[in-house]
Amino acid sequence: MTDTPHPRHIPDRLDKPLSSAVFSWEALLVVIAVLIFAVNSFASPYFLDPWSLSDLTFNFTEKGLIALAMALLIISGEIDLSVAAIVALASTMMGMAVQAGAGTPVLVAIGIAVGLGCGAFNGLLVTRLGLPSIVVTIGTMSLFRGIAFIILGDQAYKGYPESFAFFGQGYVWWVFSFELALFLVAALVYWFVLHRTSFGRRVFAIGNNPVACQFSGVRVDRIKFILFCLTGLMSGIASVLITSRLGSTRPSIAQGYELEAITMVVLGGVSILGGAGSILGVVLAAFIMGLVTFGLGLLNVPGIVMSIFIGLLLIIVIALPIVWRRLREGRFA
Amino acid sequence: MKNFFKYREIWLLAGIVLLIGLISTRFPGFADPANLRPVFNDTSILMILALGQMVVILTRSIDLSMASNLCFTGMVVAMLNAAHPAIPVPALIAIALLIGLVLGAINGLLVWRLNIPSIVVTLGTLTIYRGATFVVSGGAWVNADQMSPDFINFQRVAFLGLPVLSWIALFVIALFFLVMTRTQIGRSIHAIGVNPTASVYAGIDVGRTKFIVFCISGMIGGLAGYLWISRYVIASVEVANGYELNIIAACVIGGISIAGGIGSVGGAVLGALFLGIISNALPVINISPFWQMAISGTAIILAVVLNARGERRQGRIILRKAEAA
Repeated sequence: MTDTPHPRHIPDRLDKPLSSAVFSWEALLVVIAVLIFAVNSFASPYFLDPWSLSDLTFNFTEKGLIALAMALLIISGEIDLSVAAIVALASTMMGMAVQAGAGTPVLVAIGIAVGLGCGAFNGLLVTRLGLPSIVVTIGTMSLFRGIAFIILGDQAYKGYPESFAFFGQGYVWWVFSFELALFLVAALVYWFVLHRTSFGRRVFAIGNNPVACQFSGVRVDRIKFILFCLTGLMSGIASVLITSRLGSTRPSIAQGYELEAITMVVLGGVSILGGAGSILGVVLAAFIMGLVTFGLGLLNVPGIVMSIFIGLLLIIVIALPIVWRRLREGRFA
Repeated sequence: MKNFFKYREIWLLAGIVLLIGLISTRFPGFADPANLRPVFNDTSILMILALGQMVVILTRSIDLSMASNLCFTGMVVAMLNAAHPAIPVPALIAIALLIGLVLGAINGLLVWRLNIPSIVVTLGTLTIYRGATFVVSGGAWVNADQMSPDFINFQRVAFLGLPVLSWIALFVIALFFLVMTRTQIGRSIHAIGVNPTASVYAGIDVGRTKFIVFCISGMIGGLAGYLWISRYVIASVEVANGYELNIIAACVIGGISIAGGIGSVGGAVLGALFLGIISNALPVINISPFWQMAISGTAIILAVVLNARGERRQGRIILRKAEAA
């Protein structure tokens, strides 16, 4: 490659050598996923069955949908801890609508609209008032779930229409559930938006240097507002799926999902400090978390012990490249 | 006088007095000292935890694992007590502090030596420590009848009109006040939050100081573990599930900036008291306890809005580039 490029052609990224793809974060995740898959198939005879593998996907599709939007938000340097509370509030509103006799299309519209509204509320607080998102969303987390508790107390909403059950329990084709199909389509959309559009480049740019972006004519606040709306929207969609799958609503629904979604995002290689990450990584991380939970579940390992593995996985996967680099540089201080 | 009103603690105190006044209009006996003492006692554990979290947040870090640490340490101490009732309570408290210290040191080492952001480290240890509680207990509970009377009653003994739990809280508050205002490490913790780079040039070892604050929050988590278990006399895997965010909420309401560097012992204590008063007042004024979550959420958002107005920094920030981190 000695010939100089055409003077007017400026590549937007440098050619990557093959080695960088081999040693990339995503490659590491693929190796881990394959390892866990292999261990699982040896450990349990029930694992390699199309229907068990299909059941496996229910472990991550709902959280994964939230994680896709959360990835963009974290890349832009913000965070949303209120996603699980949005799920609870949207589910409660859908439950109220059911009591009033609403049909399936109305329910879906309500779930999505509540999610979008909550996301917009977070976005307004963060962008209009210039508040740190981590604290704002701790506040709205209490507020949204608090409203669900006020409405429902210790009661539960049931009696969702039969057609509503499709979203969380239906199959598109053979063993492919609607949830999995939706997750894959959403992943494609998010991949395109983040990696193939100018909007996506701006999200990265904001995460790296919001001040420089502002001076370059990027409407930082507007993009951040859109990202909060998207995260709310995805939480609303996740709420429709969870409510449909469970067939009932309690105010404690989806408790702890926010930390699991963030774990997926970070495990997927998104920098918690913003500015770096990929959708492929997040999707792989979602699969890995589903594999770990499901595989251990087949071995009758209780859920709480699985969480140890998820936590260890998170820390080890983040620490490994750092330790590796230091060892190679010969300075482990 | 003008300076007097600049302190956000004054405003917070005024807010708390107003809150107590409002509650008194519905339930006249609330402001009675005989009634406020149990409220203080009831909030003691949250106050202690908020102080531990405060030192971490001051250094631009966060400790999400405190509630899991509390759960794990509490379980170990309760199991020790159930198996060997002869071990005196002060020894158990020492063990709790030690276990908490180890758990905190793990967080601190990962943050210090590997430079992993604290939110990631403690997100991981949050699930690990709670999972470890299940592993050591096998999922079993330790009930009141398995605990020795000393274990349960130690914090309930009245001493000069206050239960020992309240005295422990007062002692911890005084200790933190001294450390934060009168020692080098206290000033270093503040300095790191205000400007990590300048702190390096001032000769502060930023990484080591962060390690120390995680050790402090870990020890506090351990202490709170014993106090929590002996107060609610049940040890299970579910203890204080999700409480880490309540602790942070108390700090935020107390005016501690999540961006680091701003915050005081008084703020953390008052923030915790604010939440404690609300949770104690709702039942007596006949509001369903289900309202508590939404009310504290609103309080957090209002507190952030008010804090942000006071935090607009004056002057230029020099040495912005974070060589130190």
